[in-house]
Amino acid sequence: MINETLVELSRWQFAITALFHFLFVPLTIGMTWILFIMEAVYVMTGRVIYRDMTKFWGKLFAINFAIGVATGLTMEFEFGTNWSYYSHYVGDVFGAPLAIEGLMAFFLESTFVGMFLLGWDRLSKRQHLAATFLMALGTNLSAMWILVANGWMQNPIGSEFNYETMRMEMVSFSELVFNPVAQVKFIHTVAAGYVAGAMFVMSISSYYLLKGRDVAFAKRSFSVASGFGVAAIFCVLLLGDESGYEVGEVQRVKLAAIEAEFHTEPAPAAFTLVGLPNEETMETDYAVKIPYALGLIATRSLDGQVTGISDLKKEHEVRIRGGMIAYDYLQKLRGGEETPENIARFNEVKDDLGYGLLLKRYTDNVIDATEEQIKMAVEDSIPPVAPIFWAFRIMVGSGIVMLGLFVLAFYFNARRQIQDKRWLLKAILFALPLPWVAIETGWFVAEVGRQPWAISEILPTFMATSNHDTSSVLMTMVAFILVYIVMFILEMWLMIKFAKIGPSSLHTGRYHFEQEDQQASPQLRQDKY
Amino acid sequence: MFDYESLKLIWWLIIGILLIGFAVTDGMDMGVGGLLPFVAKDDTERRVVINTIAAHWDGNQVWLITVGASFFAAWPLVYGTAFSGFYFAMMLTLFCLFLRPMGFDYRSKIDSPKWRYNWDKALFVGSIVPPLVFGIAFGNLLQGIPFSFDELMRVTNTGSFFALFNPFALLSGIVSVSMILMHGGTWLSMRTDEHVAARSAKAAQIFAAVLVVSFALAGVMIATSIDGYIIQSAIDTQGYAQPTTKIVTTATGAWLNNFNSMPILWSLPATGLVMAIIAGLLARFKPGGLAFTASALSITGVILTMGVSMFPFIMPSSSTPNHSLTLWDSVSSEGTLNLMLIVVAIFLPLILCYTIWCYSKMWRTVTRSEIEKNTHSAY
Repeated sequence: MINETLVELSRWQFAITALFHFLFVPLTIGMTWILFIMEAVYVMTGRVIYRDMTKFWGKLFAINFAIGVATGLTMEFEFGTNWSYYSHYVGDVFGAPLAIEGLMAFFLESTFVGMFLLGWDRLSKRQHLAATFLMALGTNLSAMWILVANGWMQNPIGSEFNYETMRMEMVSFSELVFNPVAQVKFIHTVAAGYVAGAMFVMSISSYYLLKGRDVAFAKRSFSVASGFGVAAIFCVLLLGDESGYEVGEVQRVKLAAIEAEFHTEPAPAAFTLVGLPNEETMETDYAVKIPYALGLIATRSLDGQVTGISDLKKEHEVRIRGGMIAYDYLQKLRGGEETPENIARFNEVKDDLGYGLLLKRYTDNVIDATEEQIKMAVEDSIPPVAPIFWAFRIMVGSGIVMLGLFVLAFYFNARRQIQDKRWLLKAILFALPLPWVAIETGWFVAEVGRQPWAISEILPTFMATSNHDTSSVLMTMVAFILVYIVMFILEMWLMIKFAKIGPSSLHTGRYHFEQEDQQASPQLRQDKY
Repeated sequence: MFDYESLKLIWWLIIGILLIGFAVTDGMDMGVGGLLPFVAKDDTERRVVINTIAAHWDGNQVWLITVGASFFAAWPLVYGTAFSGFYFAMMLTLFCLFLRPMGFDYRSKIDSPKWRYNWDKALFVGSIVPPLVFGIAFGNLLQGIPFSFDELMRVTNTGSFFALFNPFALLSGIVSVSMILMHGGTWLSMRTDEHVAARSAKAAQIFAAVLVVSFALAGVMIATSIDGYIIQSAIDTQGYAQPTTKIVTTATGAWLNNFNSMPILWSLPATGLVMAIIAGLLARFKPGGLAFTASALSITGVILTMGVSMFPFIMPSSSTPNHSLTLWDSVSSEGTLNLMLIVVAIFLPLILCYTIWCYSKMWRTVTRSEIEKNTHSAY
C-alpha cells in the first residue's frame, strides 16, 4: 500500500530544494548574456569602464553562481535517492537529456566560468570574450536540455511502455527534443531568466543613481540592462507559456485549473480575471470575466473550446476503467502468459495504464477497484484548482508590472532623463523581487498543475518515490531546510555587502569610495582582502 | 551500428572512463582540498594552494555530475537502486559537496582570518568526506548490498547506514582517500614552489605508500575472506533488461575468477601498485609531470581492477543474489544506448580539447609573490 506521509514528505523535499535552486539559476542565465554584452562593448570600443562593469557584475554573478552550482547537485542526487521508482520507470527517456546536458552544456559552462572569473590576466581580450560567450552559451544550452526533460514530463511523447522491462523506453529522440511543450517552455524560461538578470542590474544601478554615486558606471549598466530587459519581457509575455497549453492532455487539465473553468463554456470562452474558485461547488464565486478572451488566448480561434473540469473528469473515468483492463493484461504478461493475443490486447489499452495506476492509492490489485474507489481516483486526476488559479495570476500580474517598468526605464533612458526620474528609480529598486515572485509561482503552476502525475498520464507521483522510512526523509528534509537557510543568509549577506560597495570593490582606484579619505568609508576598509 | 550486446559492453567501458575522469580531475581537487590544512601554513600559502585549481574546480566537478547523469541514462536501475540504497551516505556526500563551491568562491571575499579559517575547514571536509564515502560505498558494492525487486520492479532496500562501516569497506575508504591525496600531492608539488611544493611532495610519498599497502591488503581480503558473486544460469546478453530471472551464487575468492581466466588482466592491479610506487619515488623531482602522470595511471589501475573483478556485476544483491544488477540486465534500451554513445563520441573529445586549452592557458607555477600581488583578482 502507498505510504501517504512518505509521498508527501518526498514531494515537499523535492519542491523545497527545486524552488530554492531556482532562485539562483535564472539570474545566472540572464547575467551571462548581460556580461557578454558589456564585455563585447569593451572589446569593440576599448573603454575601460565597460571592463570594470563586466568585472563588477561578474563578481555579483559569481556569488550567485556558487549557490546555484551547489544546490544543482541536489536535484541530480534526489531523482535517485528519493524517486528511485521514477528513475527506473523513465530513466531510459528522461536520463538522456540530463546526461546530454552534462556533456554538451554543463561542462562548457563550468569550464569557462573559471576562465571568465580568473582568466583576465592570462587570456587576450578576444580570448576572454570568447570564454564569456561560451559560458553564456553553455548556460543557455543547459537550460534547454533541462527543459526538454521537464517538457517530456508534461507531454511525454516519443516514448513507449515496454512490459518486459516494466518501464518507458525512448522511440524517437527528435520528438523528445522538438516536443512543442519543451520548446515553448525553453523560450519562456530563459527569457524569464533574462528578465531576472536585467532587473537585478537595473535595480542595483538605480540604487547608485539614487545615491548619486558612480553615476557614469551606473548609467551605462542601466542602459545595457534596460535594453536587454525590455526585449526579454516582451519575449516572456508574448511567447508566454500559454501557447504550450494546446497540446497534451495534462496541459489541457492545467489550463482548466489555471482558469478555474469548472464547466465547458460555449466557444469562445470568457477569461476569468479574478474570482474565488470553489472546488466544493465547482463554481468560481465573485468572478470578474472578460468575454471571449480565454477562447482567443488559449485556442487562438473563435470556435475552439476550452474543456472544463467536469468534462475532463468524465473523460478520465473512461480511461481509468481502461487502465484497469491494461493492468490486468500487464499482470498476465509479466506472470508468463505471453501469448500473442494477450500482447495484442495489452497494446490496445496500454495508453491507459497510467490511469489504472491511479487506483494503486486505494487498492494494490487495481483490477478489483470498487465504484467508490474509481470515483476517488477520478477526483484525484484533477490538480488543486485554487492555488494554481492564484499562482498564475500572481505570475502574470508581476509580469505586467515589470513590463511597465521596463518600458518606462527604456523610454526615459533613451531620452537621457532617467537620472531625474527618482520615482521610477525607486520603483525599480523596490521591484527587485518581482522576477523571482513570477518565476517561483510559474514553477508552481507548471509542476503542481501536472499533479497527480510525475509523468503526465503515465506515472502517478505517489508511485514514483523510493521506499524509505518516513523518518529518514523527514530528517533529510529538515537538514535541507536548515542548511539552505544558512546558505541563503551567507549569500544574501555577501551580495548586499558587495552591491552596496559597488565598483569600488574592484580596487581600481577609479570609484566612489576610493576617491575619499579612508575615514569616510569604513565599509571599504573592512573589505581590503 | 553496434548490436545490443556490444552496446552494453561499450557502456560499461564508458562509465569506467567517466569514473576515471572524475577521479583524476575532481579527485585531484579533492586531494588538494584534503591537503590544504597540512601543506599550507599561513593564509598566503593556503591561497597559493587554492589558486592552483581555482579556475578548474568547477569544470572538474562536472565529471561527477556527468557520471551521475550517465548512470541515470544508461543504467537507470543501478542509479535508482544505488542512490536510494545508500540514502544517508549519499545525503552526507551531498551536504559536504555544498561546501566546495561556496568555500572556493566565498573564502577570499572577506578579509577576516576567522572567516577564512572557517572556509578552510569547510573545504577540507567537503574534499575529504566525498571520496571517503565513495570508497566505503565501493567496498560495500564488492560485498553486495541488501536489496530486492517486486513484480513491478520497485526496489526495496533493507540495508542500514551503520552497516556500511564494516572492516573491508573502511579499508576501501582508505584506498580511495589515499589515492586522491597522493594525486593532489603530485599536482601541488608540480604547480607550486618552495615550502608548499616540498610538503606536498612529502604528502604524495606518504599517501602513495598508504595506497600501496591498503590496496594490496584489500586484494588479500578479496582472495581470502570476501564472497564474490557468480552467475550460474545462461544469460541472454542480447536480451531485454530483466535482472530478476537469473541464478546467482556466491563463493569466497570468486572476484578473482576473471583475473585467473584472463591472466593479462593482472596487469591492472599491477599498474595500480607499480604506478603508485613510481609516483611516490618521483614526487620530489621537478618537473612534477611524471609523478602526476604516474599517479593518474595508478588511479586508472585501481578503478579498472575493481570493475574487472566484479565484471559483469555492477551491484550484487546480498539479500537476493538472483536480483543482482549486471551490465547485461540493468541497462537502458538499445536505442537510448546508441543515441548516448553518439553523444559521448562527439562531446567527450570536445570536452577534453577545451579543458586542455584552459589548463594550458592557466598553467604556471603559483608563487607567494604572485598571490600577494593579486589580492583582488585571485581567490
